[in-house]
Amino acid sequence: MQSRDTTAAGIDVLGLEKSYGEQRALRGVGFSAASGELLAVIGPNGAGKTTLLSIIAGTLEADSGEVRLGVGRVGFVPQQPALYRKLTVAENLRLFARLEGVADVSAAVDEMLAQTVLGERRDDQVGTLSGGNQQRVNIAIGLLSKPAVLLLDEPSTGLDPRQRARLWEFVLELAGGGTTVIFTTHNIAEAERYGNRLLVLADGEALYDGSPEGLHAAEGAGQTDFEAAFVSFLRERGH
Amino acid sequence: MRWLLLKDLRLLRRSPLITALLVIYPIAIAILIGFALSGGPDKPRVAFLNEVPQGTPLDLGGEEFDIVGARDELCGRIECVRVQSREEARSLVESGEVLGALIIPADLISKLRSLGGLTPEQPVVEVLVNEEDPVKGQLVDDRIDSLLSDANLRVSQAISEISVTYLGILLDGGSLGFLGESFEVLGLIGAEEILTEIRGTLPENSPDREELDRVIRFARTAAENLDVADELLGSLSQPIQVDKDVVAGDSPSLDVFAIAVAATVTLMFVTVLLVAGSLALEREENAFRRLVRGLVSPTGLLAEKIALGIVASLVVTVLMLAGLEAFVSLEWSRFALWIPAILAGGAGFAAFGAAIGGAAREVRASSLLAFMISLPVAFLSLVPSGTVSPALFDAIGVVTAVFPFDPALRALEGALDEAGPSIGVAIAHLAALTIAYGVLARLALRRFA
Repeated sequence: MQSRDTTAAGIDVLGLEKSYGEQRALRGVGFSAASGELLAVIGPNGAGKTTLLSIIAGTLEADSGEVRLGVGRVGFVPQQPALYRKLTVAENLRLFARLEGVADVSAAVDEMLAQTVLGERRDDQVGTLSGGNQQRVNIAIGLLSKPAVLLLDEPSTGLDPRQRARLWEFVLELAGGGTTVIFTTHNIAEAERYGNRLLVLADGEALYDGSPEGLHAAEGAGQTDFEAAFVSFLRERGH
Repeated sequence: MRWLLLKDLRLLRRSPLITALLVIYPIAIAILIGFALSGGPDKPRVAFLNEVPQGTPLDLGGEEFDIVGARDELCGRIECVRVQSREEARSLVESGEVLGALIIPADLISKLRSLGGLTPEQPVVEVLVNEEDPVKGQLVDDRIDSLLSDANLRVSQAISEISVTYLGILLDGGSLGFLGESFEVLGLIGAEEILTEIRGTLPENSPDREELDRVIRFARTAAENLDVADELLGSLSQPIQVDKDVVAGDSPSLDVFAIAVAATVTLMFVTVLLVAGSLALEREENAFRRLVRGLVSPTGLLAEKIALGIVASLVVTVLMLAGLEAFVSLEWSRFALWIPAILAGGAGFAAFGAAIGGAAREVRASSLLAFMISLPVAFLSLVPSGTVSPALFDAIGVVTAVFPFDPALRALEGALDEAGPSIGVAIAHLAALTIAYGVLARLALRRFA
C-alpha cells in the first residue's frame, strides 16, 4: 500500500509483510530514507531485497504494511534491463517518456541522453549496445519522470569495473541533486563505498539499519575488511 | 552429449506446459485419428430408398438386367442406410447423419425399358443432399456421379445397340415392329438402287430426271452419314438423369469457400502468432513489470495487443483478398460486409493469441503452442458431416465451437458470398469467444511477471 505524506522525507516504509505460500519473504521491514540519501540494501540470497524493492515500486502487493512517499514519484530500475532490444535508444526513451506522461518528451529524451552520455548511440538499437550501456538506458528510463526516489535493483550486476565506476558516478550525481536512491547489491564493498546507510536483510528480517562504519565497528577490531565484518555479523545472528 | 541430453530433459521436466503438450498432443491426435479410422464409416453413408416394386424385371435390348445385383453392387461401394420413406431419407440428410439420399422412383424401370422403344422417356433418379458446406456438396456430387456412371454405361450400351439395329433397318431395310404390328422397311440403300433404275428408264431430257437426281443424292448422303451414327450413339452416356434436391444448407461456390478458407488460415496464423509473440515478448524483454507499474494496466496492455492483432489481420486479409482478385473474381460490392467479418475474426484470434502468449510466457513457446493448437483445430473445422460417425462429428463440433477458426470461416464465407452462412451469428459467436479468451488472457497475466 502506497500513500503520500508531504511532511516526511524521501520515503517511509512501515512494517512490510510478504509471504509466498509458507515462505515469509518480508517480516515487518521498515525504514526511512531522506532526500539525497543513498541507502544500500544488502543481505544473502533470498533475504527479501528484490521483494522489498518490488513492493516499494508498486509492482508487488504487500500482505501488510505501508509505503509513504514524500513529494514526487518512485522510479524503478529492475535488475535485468527492461528495454525493447529492437528499438533504438531514443525510441525506448521516447516511448517510456510518453507512457510516463512527460510534458516535453523531446527535451526529456535529450536530457537523459546527455546524462547517460549516450547521445552518439541514440539511433542504435538497444540490442547492439554493451551490457553497461544497456544498463544506463535502463536507468535513464527510470529517471524520465524525475522521481524523488529511485530504486535500483542490483544495478552493477554484469558490468565491468570501468562501467561500474561510470554508473556510480552517475548515481552519485543524482543523489547530489536530491534524489533518494535505494539500491540492492551483492557487492559488499560497493555498498560500503557508495551507501550513506545500510539496511541488512536476512530471511526477510531487517537486522541492521545504520552507517557502514557502525556495522564495521559493531563487529569489533578483529575484522580487517568490511566484507569479513558483514559475514561475521550475519553468522553471529544465525545466518 | 549425454550430459547435454540430460540437461535438456531436465529443462523439459521444468517446463510443465511444453512437456504436457508434447505428451498430450500426440495422444490427442492419435485418439482423433483412431476414432476416425475405427469409429467412422469407411464408406460414405447414403440413405437408400428403392420404390421399385420387388421382382420387377428389366429387359433392355435383349439383355436382362440384374436389379438385385446392381443394388448390391451399389451398396458395396457406399454404406447404404436403408430407409422406408422419403420423409425418413430427408430427415437423415437434414440432420447430417448421411451425406445424401438416393431415391429410386417406382417408374424408373418402365422409363428405362422405354429407352429401347420408339417412345423413350428419360429415367430420373432423385438425390437429396445437405449442402451445408461446399466441400460436402462437391463430395456428394462426386459420389453420385461415380455411382451412376456404371449404371449409365451399361444402359447406354444397350440403348446404342438397339439404336444401331434401328439404323441398320433404316439403312439396309428390314422388318420393324410397332404397336404389335410388323412393318417392312425398304431402307435407304434399296431406295437409292430402285430410284437409280427408274432414272435409267427416263428420257435424257426428261424434267423428272433432275428431280429424281435430287432424291437419289439425298438417299446416298443419308446412307453415308447414317453409317457413322452408330459411333455417335456409342457416346451416349447419360441416359439416367439425376434430379438433385438440396434439402438443407445453401453454400457458396467451391471457389469462394476455398478463398474463405485461405483467408481464415492466413488471418489465424498472422493474428495468433503476432499477438501471442508480442505479449510474450513484453515478459522476455522484462518490460512487463515496468509497464504495469502505473504506466499501463494489464487489461490495457491486453487491449492494446488485441487491437494490434485486429489491425494486422485487417490489413493482411484485405491485401490477400485483393491479391486473389488476380485469379478469381470477388464480389467487391460486399466489401462493407468483409470488414466486420475480418474485424470479428481478427478479434477472436487476437484474444486467443493473447491467452496463448499469457500462458506460454515465452515467444518461442507461444509460437509452438499456437501452431500445435491452431492447425488441428483448423483441420477439424473443415470435416463435413456424414464423413465421420455422428458421435465423432458431434465431438468435433464441440471442439471447433470453442476455437475461433470455425466461426471466423463462417463469417468470411457469409461476407464473401450471399449464399454463405449467416454472418451475424458467426460474429456473435466470435464476440463471445473474444470475451472468453480475453478473460483467460487476463487471468494468465496474474502470473506473468
